[in-house]
Amino acid sequence: MTALDPQAPARADATPAPERPFRRVLRDFAKSPVAMIGLALLLVIVLAALLAPLITPQNPYDLRSLNIMDSRLAPGEVGFTGASYLLGTDGQGRDMFSAILYGLRISLGVGLVACTAALLIGLTLGLVAAYFGGRTDTLVMRLVDLHLSFPPILVALILLAVLGRGVDKIVIALIVVQWATFARMARATALSERKREYVEAAQSLGLSRARILFGHLLPNCLPPLMVLYTVEIASAIALEATLSFLGVGLPATQPSLGLLISNGFRFVLSGQYWISLFPGLALLLLIVAINLVGDRLRDVLNPRNIT
Amino acid sequence: MVYVIRRLLQALFLALVMSFLVFAGIFAVGNPVDILIDPDATQAERVRLIAQLGLDRPFHEQYFIFLGNVLQGDFGNSFVYNRPALGLILERMPATLELAFAAIVIAVVLGIPLGVYAGLRHGTPGSQAVMAGSILGFSVPNFWQAIILIMVFSVSLGWFPVSGRGEVGEFLGIRSSLFTLNGLHHIALPAINLAIGHLALVIRLARSGVREVQPQDFIRFARAKGLSERRIVMVHILRNILIPIVTLVGMSFGGLIAFAVVTESIFAWPGMGKLIIDSIQMLDRPVVVAYLIVIVVIFIILNLLVDLLYSLIDPRIRLDEVRQ
Repeated sequence: MTALDPQAPARADATPAPERPFRRVLRDFAKSPVAMIGLALLLVIVLAALLAPLITPQNPYDLRSLNIMDSRLAPGEVGFTGASYLLGTDGQGRDMFSAILYGLRISLGVGLVACTAALLIGLTLGLVAAYFGGRTDTLVMRLVDLHLSFPPILVALILLAVLGRGVDKIVIALIVVQWATFARMARATALSERKREYVEAAQSLGLSRARILFGHLLPNCLPPLMVLYTVEIASAIALEATLSFLGVGLPATQPSLGLLISNGFRFVLSGQYWISLFPGLALLLLIVAINLVGDRLRDVLNPRNIT
Repeated sequence: MVYVIRRLLQALFLALVMSFLVFAGIFAVGNPVDILIDPDATQAERVRLIAQLGLDRPFHEQYFIFLGNVLQGDFGNSFVYNRPALGLILERMPATLELAFAAIVIAVVLGIPLGVYAGLRHGTPGSQAVMAGSILGFSVPNFWQAIILIMVFSVSLGWFPVSGRGEVGEFLGIRSSLFTLNGLHHIALPAINLAIGHLALVIRLARSGVREVQPQDFIRFARAKGLSERRIVMVHILRNILIPIVTLVGMSFGGLIAFAVVTESIFAWPGMGKLIIDSIQMLDRPVVVAYLIVIVVIFIILNLLVDLLYSLIDPRIRLDEVRQ
């Protein structure tokens, strides 16, 4: 019957052809309403950050568009210029809604760049360690163990104390903090994959080591790493916010969410809660959304859960 | 014994490597003289101060002088306070340890009952609320939790002070603010703030422990024997979930000291963490270096202790088999 369908190729017997893995993941992912809410939230946040210049009422870092008379207005309060601000204004009369969207761009950008670099470094080292074993393995894993015995915030703090402030510096610090986690996961996955027949088959075909490593082993190690990658982006963003809040992260010219919260902290004691609260809520929503998506991906991509 | 000696040697080597890295890094950052010296100072005054601080010597010489001094417990004087850096850190250490201790107590005392409840009443709204709360505890960055705590309990309700350490009392020769009412009043919010992350962890561990232990034979047997539910939970279940929690508490002490940096900065708690943040911003090189060395040593010792304790708690882990 399926043979009559011009779209579907003829099948040998009644067993349906295996669904493509990517489609299966998508379908399984959609089964959890909570995860879908998380995904939708994440998409909205990312879109809002990307389109910030188009959808914000003002450019918060164009000083001409700021009015100092409108400083520290509560949400919805009508200012001196007759404008009202959805989420209030900060000490310089900056619209918080605009500042938050611009802050999201920086937070997301730093988190993504740092995490991607850490993933690439950790993945390569982990694969190499697992494939070659012996001394290489010992060397890499010792470094990883040493690294993971110190809490991330401490490693970042030490590095930033040494390097100073700056976007490049915080990205370096985040990479240094995170590569080891990826390396450990990549090695563990690759070790179990290495024993599979397809690697043996590739070896007996006489393929080059690099080709086996990156052409055969790598794709099969990706699913658990993608889960880790998702979750680690959230923790990178949170760590960057913490460091920036402490005044050792991003410089004042790159106002990420952490810096916005830090600037608002001065006003908290006088009851002007919104300058700190709303950037914090944005940060919270972002992190929770990423974690919801990550959790669901973990369930969906785990081979033990395939029914 | 051979293992212990080998671990000790490794730890020493590690401390040496870290000291070099820290020193080299700090050396590369830049010259603290520009900040220290009055811009109106004459060139002669500059040169004199640079020579006095030893900043005119070559790198390796500075490092060996530094290393020699460190071994004698001398990290140099703080540029800002003009007092020995190590002394500054050590006198702030009790405040940090006290905060970390209070946080651990809160995490365990609240976490175990909540986790056990969530495990026993699995699936009920109460249990789900506890678990949702613990997920929030994980997700929300520590510093923002602190701000919320201040907004709610200090600014709106006015229950707790915003910052600082209260009066310090003395009990059995230990000086701590945990012994005075005013001190307890001051430590409450920072300790809760520091505890939240670990509280969430303890809840999760206790819950999964209960769920794991509950269906086992010895629990069914205890029930068949007619023991009261209360005794089953308090004795049979609790004892079996404690081991991972005790391990967690031991291992997380270092993490608490590290995270105290955030809490101390926000609540102006006069501990080591606030000192390091202030020192980084003021480029107070000796204090930064001393703090980093002190914290590295603390961590090396803690890791060593945890490794050794593991083998005591669980004899199945043979030390020789631990890949180092």
